Amino acid sequence: MTEALIAALFVFVLASFIGFEVINKIPPTLHTPLMSGSNAISGIAVLGAIVAAGARETNVSVILGLIAVVLATINVVAGFLVTDRMLQMFKKKEIKA
Amino acid sequence: MSDFLPTGIQLTYLVAASLFILGLKKLGSPATARNGNLIAAVGMLLAIAATMLDQNVLNYEMILLGLAIGSLIGAIVAYKVQMTEMPQMVGLLNGLGGAASALVAVAEFWRLLDSSQPIPLDVNISILLDVLIGGVTFTGSFLAFAKLQGLISGSPITFPFQQPFNLALLAAYVVGSVYLIITPDSLPIFLGVVGVSLVLGVMFVIPIGGGDMPVVISLLNSLSGVAAAAAGFVVMNNMLIIAGALVGASGLILTEIMCKAMNRSLFSVLFSAFGKASSSGGAASGGATDQTVRSIDAEEGAMMLGYARSVVIVPGYGMAVAQAQHSVRELSDQLEKMGVDVKYAIHPVAGRMPGHMNVLLAEANVPYTQLYDMDDINPQFDQADVALVIGANDVVNPAARSDKNSPIYGMPILEVDRAKQTIVIKRGMSTGFAGVDNELFYKDKTTMLFGSAKDMVAKLVSEVKQL
Repeated sequence: MTEALIAALFVFVLASFIGFEVINKIPPTLHTPLMSGSNAISGIAVLGAIVAAGARETNVSVILGLIAVVLATINVVAGFLVTDRMLQMFKKKEIKA
Repeated sequence: MSDFLPTGIQLTYLVAASLFILGLKKLGSPATARNGNLIAAVGMLLAIAATMLDQNVLNYEMILLGLAIGSLIGAIVAYKVQMTEMPQMVGLLNGLGGAASALVAVAEFWRLLDSSQPIPLDVNISILLDVLIGGVTFTGSFLAFAKLQGLISGSPITFPFQQPFNLALLAAYVVGSVYLIITPDSLPIFLGVVGVSLVLGVMFVIPIGGGDMPVVISLLNSLSGVAAAAAGFVVMNNMLIIAGALVGASGLILTEIMCKAMNRSLFSVLFSAFGKASSSGGAASGGATDQTVRSIDAEEGAMMLGYARSVVIVPGYGMAVAQAQHSVRELSDQLEKMGVDVKYAIHPVAGRMPGHMNVLLAEANVPYTQLYDMDDINPQFDQADVALVIGANDVVNPAARSDKNSPIYGMPILEVDRAKQTIVIKRGMSTGFAGVDNELFYKDKTTMLFGSAKDMVAKLVSEVKQL
């Protein structure tokens, strides 16, 4: 039990450092897409929701899990799509639309 | 053979996590950003597919239905939203992510309670943390959404004993948590802790004003990641922990950038309502109103712009509100045709979220190579013939540089007063968000074009065409 927790803490801290390193050099132009894109990634909670909704019975946990699945999926899908919508507008040179 | 499937799932998670990191890295350059987003999305798809194969996931019809409903709603929202509404949109999505994370914790608590097994201490602590972070993200984001959408007033809302009340809430959370750690099987107390977390989210955003929203949105973005990571600790899933940590880190970086751009500490944004703190300084410089302001009309403005060699356009939130970005692009096109060198100067907090102004200008087909960050453009104002300020105020106020008594003293600004001429398009002489008078308007080199940004820029376009 504790061993798993320690391992998970290692993963968390190291991943945070990677996050700081990877994102540190992003130009201001891309701040909004970065935010909506990373926002979509935070919808990863959908995995936890799927596990919570996994049992084949109807009880409070499963219902809460299913609600969480819907909410997190909206987060994921809308996040990635809207980021794509924004990024396709970024152009280097003027192209007449 | 029996552990083939779990191993496969874990390895898929490893691939998905790598794709997230790769995707975020590619999001760092305009040329590769779209690809990066796609790569991250593929990572997400892989992770979801792998989780569906988990042996404990039996309820797949209902889950698939949930995924389908969520995807449909998400797609509709993503295609309908206006670019000016991006901050609200991101706020709303942060809230959904936070809510999902908190729900995972509540569901897990309920399941453990039903199974009448003892709840392990580490799981219990993870659940309590997840409920707090997820709950605060959920209600805080929805309140930020309501403020940005104009459903409730964007100005800071304060009431007597606000801080003691918040401290009492926090104390209630801590006491409830400690009680639950000692006696985990108390549902009423658990629900109480959930409720307190939700109220804390509201209390956290309610005293924060509209102009500080870039900071709040970034911070909530970070929190939504941390909440997902906390959910990862609850269900012991590395994928959630990694992705959550990545988002938490990126949100924190953006929060710090935004704070720096406003020269305010995170603490002061969160705990002192700006409008209130600035009232004394604002009054002190109020005596400036008897100075003279030079106002011109569009024809004169067009002449200044048309015969300039270089023009720097400084768009502010006022331009976005007036939806004038397309007219502004038309103006810069027209000027470029006449051989004028046109650049855009973007202050880091020009919109209501980090980088918002860049997105709005990109939507109006302004190439991103024409957009300059504050640090890049400031040394160039000396060479600019005209700086055209459209709907920006506090971010071009020279008092931030010179007046130690000004509440915005020390805030990095766009130094438009160094240009040979400055034209300011503004509705009237009202102050900006910080409530401070702007001495820029009274300078000899400054001329004012009074009118709404959209009308005035459209007039400039037609006047410039006639030159």
